[in-house]
Amino acid sequence: MSGSQKVRFKVNGKACEAAVEPRTTLADCLRHDLKLTGTHVGCEHGVCGACTIIADGAAVRSCLIFAVQADGIEITTVEGLSDGDTLSPLQAAFRKHHAIQCGFCTAGILTTAHMLLTEEPDADAERIREVLSGNICRCTGYVQIVEAVLDARASYKTNSKAAQ
Amino acid sequence: MSAARNVYIGQEVERTEDFRFLTGRGTFVDDYEPAGLLHATILRSTIPHGRVISIDASEALKMPGVHAVITASDIGATIPRIPIRLAPIAGLEKYLQPVIAVEKVRYVGEPLAVIVADTRAIGEDAAAEIDVTIEPLAPVSDWRASEADTSLLFEENGSNIATRYTVGFGDTDAIFAGADYTRREFFRSHRHTAVPMETRGVVAEWDAAEGRLIVNGATKVTFFNRRALAAMLQMSEKAIDLMELDVGGGFGVRGEFYPEDFLIPFVSRKLERPVKWIEDRLEHMQAANHSREIDCELEIACRRDGTILALRGKIYGDMGAYTRTNSGVVPAKAGQFLHGPYRIPAIRIEVAAYMTSKTPVGTYRAPGRFESNFFRERLIDMAARDLGIDPVAMRRRNLITAPEMPYSIGQLVPYETETAYDSGDYAAGLDKCLDAFGWAEKIKLQGRKIDGLYHGLGVACFVESGGAGPRENVRMMLEHSGRITVAVGSSVLGQGLETVFAQIAADAMGLPFSTFRIIHGSTTIVDEGFGTYHSRAVVMGGSAILDGAKNLLAQIATAASLQLECRTEDVTFQDGVARGPGGRTLTLADIAAAAGPLSANGTFANTKRTYSYGAHAAHVTVDPRTGRVEVLDYVAVEDVGRAINPALVHGQTFGAVVQGLGGVFLDHIIYDADAQLLNASLADYLLPTASDFPKIRGVTMELHRSPSNPLGAKGAGEGGMVAVAATAGNAVAAALANLKVEPCELPLSPPQLWRLIQQASERSSVGRSTT
Repeated sequence: MSGSQKVRFKVNGKACEAAVEPRTTLADCLRHDLKLTGTHVGCEHGVCGACTIIADGAAVRSCLIFAVQADGIEITTVEGLSDGDTLSPLQAAFRKHHAIQCGFCTAGILTTAHMLLTEEPDADAERIREVLSGNICRCTGYVQIVEAVLDARASYKTNSKAAQ
Repeated sequence: MSAARNVYIGQEVERTEDFRFLTGRGTFVDDYEPAGLLHATILRSTIPHGRVISIDASEALKMPGVHAVITASDIGATIPRIPIRLAPIAGLEKYLQPVIAVEKVRYVGEPLAVIVADTRAIGEDAAAEIDVTIEPLAPVSDWRASEADTSLLFEENGSNIATRYTVGFGDTDAIFAGADYTRREFFRSHRHTAVPMETRGVVAEWDAAEGRLIVNGATKVTFFNRRALAAMLQMSEKAIDLMELDVGGGFGVRGEFYPEDFLIPFVSRKLERPVKWIEDRLEHMQAANHSREIDCELEIACRRDGTILALRGKIYGDMGAYTRTNSGVVPAKAGQFLHGPYRIPAIRIEVAAYMTSKTPVGTYRAPGRFESNFFRERLIDMAARDLGIDPVAMRRRNLITAPEMPYSIGQLVPYETETAYDSGDYAAGLDKCLDAFGWAEKIKLQGRKIDGLYHGLGVACFVESGGAGPRENVRMMLEHSGRITVAVGSSVLGQGLETVFAQIAADAMGLPFSTFRIIHGSTTIVDEGFGTYHSRAVVMGGSAILDGAKNLLAQIATAASLQLECRTEDVTFQDGVARGPGGRTLTLADIAAAAGPLSANGTFANTKRTYSYGAHAAHVTVDPRTGRVEVLDYVAVEDVGRAINPALVHGQTFGAVVQGLGGVFLDHIIYDADAQLLNASLADYLLPTASDFPKIRGVTMELHRSPSNPLGAKGAGEGGMVAVAATAGNAVAAALANLKVEPCELPLSPPQLWRLIQQASERSSVGRSTT
């Protein structure tokens, strides 16, 4: 099982490379090779969603991809969602609405919600719940998470208008 | 010099913790990687019950990157056993778990060997090369098989029944013999557990030069765990520091002392290297405590008007293979909380704990309460229907009233003294719930079939204990910067204590919230701590902060008076500025600069519990074709005495209710008849997702403060869970009442409800054909 391979990708805007065994998941590569430990691993079989990252513009589970499969792609992790120490409107809404308790699922929920609102800034509560149903949170019961995502929609609408 | 005010307590202050979680800068145990780290993998039994014949690791040891394979024979002549932390009940101490399997295995998942390797992947490869021979013995799959004692888990004990005791008061038998009405039913709560998002993990660092051990990843009861570990490793407690990092949810299961809490420090010391073990999800489902598997035979005696005269019941607790740290808490509390918030003149409860060849049982949020509330509240609904009384009216007739407080419920657990509900107006909790829910309007839908779905409404009342003693301690330090560090013996499980403790400290000292930094991570900074369980952190730790704040303020006043050249009592103190009679002022930084850092200890001792209370109501529909239940509305009301941060209390309520609904409809640990665990992944073990229970409402009341602590707070972490199975069960039963379906067993999953509906329809068609 030994024999490592070099992989290169852009993570949070920076070019990165790592030497990994073919069986290394992207989640483990991000966490242990690139030391981006904000991405969490809750089940390692693609159910809990804690490891969700944004890969080439899609929210995906980094525990279900081998690092070697991700060679050449562009990745955003939770560390790349804020502008330095300034929270994004989505992050600030999570704080305001108490949408966090233990913080373990938070990274995966933020990346999933960020992509949802980027693509569908008008998503209603039902749609938000449908999309977030792939991310398990054991602490919050989801109520305050949904409130936070609803509250953050305005900032995505502004952004998409600005982009047009 | 007094500074106490009420500026932050009661406010929805944004959490201190959130910035690091939102930006990916938290430090959970797997995020911590000291240099020179090795990785441990645990080889676990796949056999539920058997005799260990041999473990041959010779092939594994030859693999490159493998440093060691540790089995029982490497640990020493005697294998340490995990001690009981609380709820000692005679008999259970004979079934303690060895830290690694020795001679026998008694559940699927029991540790057999520890592999230490350069990487986790190499360790897992090596585990597959270890040749284990186990002679299978007859499994013991449930309490009935256990009671038969045909296959003994501990031959030396002569029985699988670990304990059996009876508690109660009043002449129940005489009351039952003479009562207008009695009913007996058999209920069941199924095995499920907490499943926090972060699995467990340990990073042990042995410092050979200093003879010191640091164990990262601890939480909940770090001081007890340090004491246990020190005894097992034959080290001084002072040579061990248990460090708490960020913690991805606890809910009872995380932070108790488990086999790995010995094994990983042991191999770190043996190999003189830092060693990390991170539990994977399969291991978590096999190895972390299970809970809730309680059967109950319960009987009620009433007057014709619904006045409860007596309760009589038997609790059958499936304990799994070993007594762990929580000992008999789960069946004992299931027994005690059968009493609930009602006036019960006589009660007799027999509790029995059975060992089975399944994962050991421990506490899960509202242990025993979730189960016993389901049993009692279902039976009250059945009795009300039999007697032709509105179930709400029957509850109201029997709820303990405010003038009756404090209300003794006697000694209903053998290891505790008599206890009394501290304060409250239980009917006010019920009224608030019905009002918020809109019961009077919605009740029109009771039992109706609309568009093929049966509507049902259910309500249940509860009382919940919190604030366990005996003590909690803090150390408060004024730093050179003028900031104040508060080190607490309480532990963090993800509930936001860094924020609420700073709110309490800020109000107690009359200083801005930002002055305070809360440290909860170490067994070294405070000398003694008790931790976080039994909804005790705010009650006990928060009250200790009040004491520490008073003591530190006194020191600050003395130091300021020296600098201001005045008497201590002439120093006034406002917004962090000390002012002398001449008008000269000093900031905290000025005082610290002249006097040096100041520190003071605080403590709070109390053995009286807090009792929160309230009611839940639910509106459900049941699809008779599939057994699927939809929760259309759910309201949980709880009087927590005093909410330090209402947003956080609401968060506890929502989280607990949804977790509880998972326990009613989804979560289910399934073993087959041979005690083989069938669903140990999150793909097979269902947890609530965002789309399952969208309509949850919570109401926090601050009606009756607890008289037993200076904050007046009551535990708020578990009450949201207590009445969920009771409420959902009553709603489902009400929906299906016309079909003569009476759900008495959890889970209320589609297959289980569908089966009940089928059975009822077969019964009624048989009835028709014979008449």
